[in-house]
Amino acid sequence: MSPSLYAIVILIVILVVLLTVAALLVWFERRLLGLWQDRYGPNRVGPFGIFQTVADTIKLLTKEDWIPPFADRPVFVIAPAIVMVTVLLAFGVVPFAPTVQVADLNIGLLFFLGMSSLGVYSVTLAGWSSDNKYALVGSLRAAAQMLAYEVFMGLSLMGVVMLAGSFSLRAIVEAQRGLWYCVPQLLGLIVFANAGIAETRRLPFDLPEAESEIVAGYHSEYSGMKFGMFFIGEYLGITLISAMAVTLFFGGWLGPWLPPVVWFALKTLILVCGFILLRATLPRPRFDQLMAYGWKVMLPLALLNLAVTGAIVTARA
Amino acid sequence: MWSVIKGLWVVFLHMFERRATIQYPEEKVALPPRYRARIILSRDPDGGERCVACYLCAVVCPVACIALQAAEDEHGRRYPEFFRINFSRCIFCGFCEDACPTYAIQLTPDFEMAEYRRPNLVYEKEHLLIAGQGKYHGYNYYKVAGVAIGGKAKGEAEREAPPADVRTLLP
Repeated sequence: MSPSLYAIVILIVILVVLLTVAALLVWFERRLLGLWQDRYGPNRVGPFGIFQTVADTIKLLTKEDWIPPFADRPVFVIAPAIVMVTVLLAFGVVPFAPTVQVADLNIGLLFFLGMSSLGVYSVTLAGWSSDNKYALVGSLRAAAQMLAYEVFMGLSLMGVVMLAGSFSLRAIVEAQRGLWYCVPQLLGLIVFANAGIAETRRLPFDLPEAESEIVAGYHSEYSGMKFGMFFIGEYLGITLISAMAVTLFFGGWLGPWLPPVVWFALKTLILVCGFILLRATLPRPRFDQLMAYGWKVMLPLALLNLAVTGAIVTARA
Repeated sequence: MWSVIKGLWVVFLHMFERRATIQYPEEKVALPPRYRARIILSRDPDGGERCVACYLCAVVCPVACIALQAAEDEHGRRYPEFFRINFSRCIFCGFCEDACPTYAIQLTPDFEMAEYRRPNLVYEKEHLLIAGQGKYHGYNYYKVAGVAIGGKAKGEAEREAPPADVRTLLP
């Protein structure tokens, strides 16, 4: 098989698998939340309720796809697509296995950071074009939150880059053959995890869509499959952040006996379960607490991690 | 921060707890015998209708879901000509059962009455009448009541003294 054909095949396989995984995650999260809350969750459609998402999708597709007359129509339509596109593009640089990767960019990490930052446009534009006060409040919160947490998300990863000496994700994974970076970069991992949760707008950092205060936040006015796009985008985002944490801190595809892809999938799955556990446990903070936590705790920690790692790397050299 | 970690751990441990869910259509809920749901009309031990069509249930019903028409048979017994309960309105409050002087109307623990068509929720007398006596066994209103009906004069009811002849009491 020629290299370009192989790349296209890999691309399509990854795309199909990712969308399936995102759809399955919707069901998986509900089952897990049920398990942790001493109930079952959806278990009727198909074996273990695995086709629940199919039923949900059919429902969403047959719903009226309503665009409010006061909305900014083109922006309103484009906004849900942006979140999907950016997250899927970011997956382009994720090394699922030594041979399973769409593009091994030499600035792969920066590409990931850039794409995940672009995702905020989706939320902000969605809230803005809805012309609804709740949607606007939600999107403003999202923008402020992204701005705050994006800063130290990048900084927390610089320690990894220093140790590996490369921005290429494949090189970073290869550099973890001896020791996974979750040990020397524990602080970086903690900061990255916090930023990652904020990045995906998941509980406890889901203030942009805090349904107890602002209806559904930025997607208040969305219905039908446009809402479904936000929904799938969120689950793709969880998968992306988990996959990146695995790549950067948990040795990516590295592991004994099993094939590399299986190792990668297993590690990602465990981190996704962690995301869901957080949602099952934690309440939502106030917005000022969220900002204070970001700027006053996480940013100094990221800087500390950066300084110490830098000093050690310099001293070794 | 410690409380967050502890909370996560506690929630994680719930993975091994028993689930509280009852898988309804397969598993049934154990209802107490006096659970208030589908309304029935019971019969007395001789198989006659207990209902005397006094309208008390229809009057007390807060959602006015009971409709009936009183009639009298050749013995002077009152009975409902028709008795209709609209279960799409009924709230299963049990007031009708409370108001009933003859234990005729009773609520039973059967709540599975869902229908695809709303008119099917209107139950007529033949749907409501059961063959048995319901919760109160051995009770027959006309056997203990003082009213005279065909086949039973005044004073012939159970534990009832014959009526006093007021004229013999005259001085």
